[in-house]
Amino acid sequence: MIAATGPVEAFVQSAPLPPRPAPAAPRMAWHEGLFAGLASSAATVTIALLLAMAAPHLLSWAVVNGIWHGGPAACRAGEGACWAFLTAKGPQILFGIYPPGERWRAIAVVVALTALALWTLPPAHWTRRTLIAWIVGILLSLLVMGGAWLGLEPVPTSAWGGLPITLLLTVLSLAIGFPAAIMLALCRRSPAPILRWMSIGFIEIVRGLPLLSMLFIAAVLLPIMLPEGFTIDNFTRALAALCCYSAAYLAEVLRGGLQAIPPGQAEAAAALGLQRWQTLRFIVLPQAIGKVLPALTNTVVVIIKNTGLVLVVGLFDLLSSARAALTDPDWPAPFAETFAFVALIYFAICFGISRYSLFLETRMNMGHRR
Amino acid sequence: MNVTPRKPIITLSGVDKWYGEYHALRAIDLSVFKGERIVICGPSGSGKSTLIRCINGLETHDGGEIAIDGAALGTDARAVEAIRRRVGMVFQGFNLFPHLSILENCTLAPIQALRLPRAEAEGRARHFLERVHIPEQAGKYPGQLSGGQQQRVAIARALCMQPDVMLFDEPTSALDAEMVKEVLDIMTSLAEDGMTMICVTHEMGFARQVADRIVFMDAGQIIEINAPGAFFHAPQHERTRGFLSQIMH
Repeated sequence: MIAATGPVEAFVQSAPLPPRPAPAAPRMAWHEGLFAGLASSAATVTIALLLAMAAPHLLSWAVVNGIWHGGPAACRAGEGACWAFLTAKGPQILFGIYPPGERWRAIAVVVALTALALWTLPPAHWTRRTLIAWIVGILLSLLVMGGAWLGLEPVPTSAWGGLPITLLLTVLSLAIGFPAAIMLALCRRSPAPILRWMSIGFIEIVRGLPLLSMLFIAAVLLPIMLPEGFTIDNFTRALAALCCYSAAYLAEVLRGGLQAIPPGQAEAAAALGLQRWQTLRFIVLPQAIGKVLPALTNTVVVIIKNTGLVLVVGLFDLLSSARAALTDPDWPAPFAETFAFVALIYFAICFGISRYSLFLETRMNMGHRR
Repeated sequence: MNVTPRKPIITLSGVDKWYGEYHALRAIDLSVFKGERIVICGPSGSGKSTLIRCINGLETHDGGEIAIDGAALGTDARAVEAIRRRVGMVFQGFNLFPHLSILENCTLAPIQALRLPRAEAEGRARHFLERVHIPEQAGKYPGQLSGGQQQRVAIARALCMQPDVMLFDEPTSALDAEMVKEVLDIMTSLAEDGMTMICVTHEMGFARQVADRIVFMDAGQIIEINAPGAFFHAPQHERTRGFLSQIMH
């Protein structure tokens, strides 16, 4: 018996309440974000002062006094940025020591790989045909770069350079590393101890070594391990190290995604009679990759920038081609301008990937929204 | 009258199952005939779910034999997949594929496992979505549906394989009270159409209305199998009486 509190006063709604619009959110004036309180105002003023101090110098160096035309003499005489160097040396920075007469081949490879990447962006284009186009595109790129067929003059990989090297190393280390990463992640979760230990061993060794040392190991050890009379070029050695790196790191990211998928998903797929690889391909992997998309993007961006390290094994990628161009004794070696140019290319690629991954995330969340 | 001898579509004989040292299923014998509706009930941990998960090979059994229409359930992956294509299953937690639309949830397995052309699979999916009264949700994603709607999609998804048998593993236990009926109504109408069903459930009203036989399990054993009338009004085994007195008020 509940303690008596007197008779219950019954309530019955007499008329339904129609929904009303939500109260308007207060709009923030522009200055409220910049001058909201003492600390915020102080920070705003400090940053404004720093900008005011730096901007005039930067502008006068880069724009007002910038040297856009002319040769080395004009740059020596002037005070400002030597943009003329980039106009003169641009092709050498972009394509390295690739024979200038054959440069159209390097340009064709860059255009083809860029076109393939852009074509692949819309999810509607993720078809078997696109996959085949990539495989054919990569193989053709290697053949066109290397030559010695269809009457093309042979160009050894040691003479490749610049942006094609950076793009080829990136695309190849992802194209080989990503499927390998899926295998490694699955083996790491396998009930078979041998598979699990091999996967753990590979991942932990690769993660425990600096990429730089792996590139050295690949450059020195790989030739020793191969049978006598069998040589392997620097490009392939560097690629092997980069592939190991991306496979190990991507595998760990993917493992996180696989762990986040409830076992009921694979059970439901199995109960419908799907085979194990079908369950993996249609149910588990798409969800696992979706869950770790930000981390995957991060790893991919790191892999792209890591290709710059191949200079230690004697490859002239975009970054080392730029450094090589700067050694021309005729010119006054405009470091800042050259590296700003190279940085812009890296940034455009990485920022593009970052925005694209954001687009994919938004698109995926639409379906999951409750 | 000419009575053809009935052949069971599912036979379990002497099925044993252990989890480590725990004897989860003990010498289970059960035959289910075509068109029969079986309800399995019992206290939690009695092995009901384990039993029906063994029937489509989601759990492996350690002893005895399970046969679907004469085909023994073994370890060969291809054979197990072939059996699963004929045995539909509905889970407590729906287990819809959240990254696929409702229509894609229903067409994936018919296209991939039965190799149906896409148009035919979609026609079939729309037919069964109609059957569970939600054809208008085909383009949405599972996360946009209520629990009751999701479970009805899960039933439609299983029906799209046109199975011989449907297994239900506590299909209403994860639902809000007001959505239980919409799912039970679908199951009842399936039963009326002659679908062979094995259903683990706590819904005794459904059991009484639909079941041909009720199987009562406790501690991994079958304690009693009886027709619903006898089961509820004249239970034979002492433990059945104890269980019923706990759940009937």
